[in-house]
Amino acid sequence: MHELGITRSIVDIAERTAREHGGNRVTSVTVEIGALSGVIPDAVEFCFEACSKGTLLDGARLIVESIPGLGRCPDCGREQEIDNHSFACGDCGALGLERLRGEELRVKELEVD
Amino acid sequence: MCIDCGCAERTEQAHHHGHDHDGKTIQVGEDLLAKNDRLAAVNRQRFAGHGLLTLNLVSSPGSGKTTLLETTLRTLRAELRFAVLEGDQQTANDADRIAATGVPVHQINTGAGCHLDAHMVGHGVDHFDLANLDVLLIENVGNLVCPASFDLGEDCKVAVLSITEGEDKPLKYPQMFRAAELVIINKLDLLPHLDFDLETCRDYLRQVNPQARVIELSCKSGEGMETWYNWLREQLAKKK
Repeated sequence: MHELGITRSIVDIAERTAREHGGNRVTSVTVEIGALSGVIPDAVEFCFEACSKGTLLDGARLIVESIPGLGRCPDCGREQEIDNHSFACGDCGALGLERLRGEELRVKELEVD
Repeated sequence: MCIDCGCAERTEQAHHHGHDHDGKTIQVGEDLLAKNDRLAAVNRQRFAGHGLLTLNLVSSPGSGKTTLLETTLRTLRAELRFAVLEGDQQTANDADRIAATGVPVHQINTGAGCHLDAHMVGHGVDHFDLANLDVLLIENVGNLVCPASFDLGEDCKVAVLSITEGEDKPLKYPQMFRAAELVIINKLDLLPHLDFDLETCRDYLRQVNPQARVIELSCKSGEGMETWYNWLREQLAKKK
């Protein structure tokens, strides 16, 4: 359940950023979670209420933007959507697709009062 | 709304996300693992400064990581200077076993935590005299999920898979097997007693991570151990 630590990082980053900008209350926080990041958005949402209690994020809305995986075939070069179960190129069947996108794990933006 | 826990569906949240408020929007763009990655970079630099080979051993609970370490240390401790960081939620059982080999060891108990992070490792190695070590072995918490996401500053992850676990572990936990540079298939001595198909396992591993080096061994019979020791020596030679 590394999502608990991940969610604490969301709250820490959001609180620090809000303070730096003179914000009082964070009303929403938007995070980007890539499909290949190994982090389950549902689990982050599950942890968020507990982690945000008593912080500037108490009562804030968590918005998760999922980023689909994108890979490139090492042989034929074809770019294709991939998930954690896509091991072979959809065209030529080569293994070891290079991951171009989908490992993101970022706080994108905040809304503060 | 989910009736069990009261959570809003993600799609619903995205749908309601608008800018109909009086507050201000702050762009952030900060990586959630940035703090861990920063500390891992500090660890890595510190280890490199001592020419130290650092391996992060990951596996399911019970794959035989501690036995592999015990056997390795007993065989090579006259040749190489080792230290071991032990990660477990509770107990110092593994640290006690390593200590019995005469090699310096420090136990990290993560409590509720499911993985070691770079911060824990940074403090854990303060218990060792890094200047007088060749190899630092980090035995991560037995868990094929979370440790995949956390860089500890190691040279590489070594995944240990025992043949009692079934050959499809790489397909079930691709994140971890993809992150590993070396995969050890352990408990080879049990092959005659199990329905484990070695070739199928190798094939699944290739699908997930065609670049991974695979070493098959048994700590009990000694089969394959020399290959593993040679791999260790080669990795260390690259560091010096």
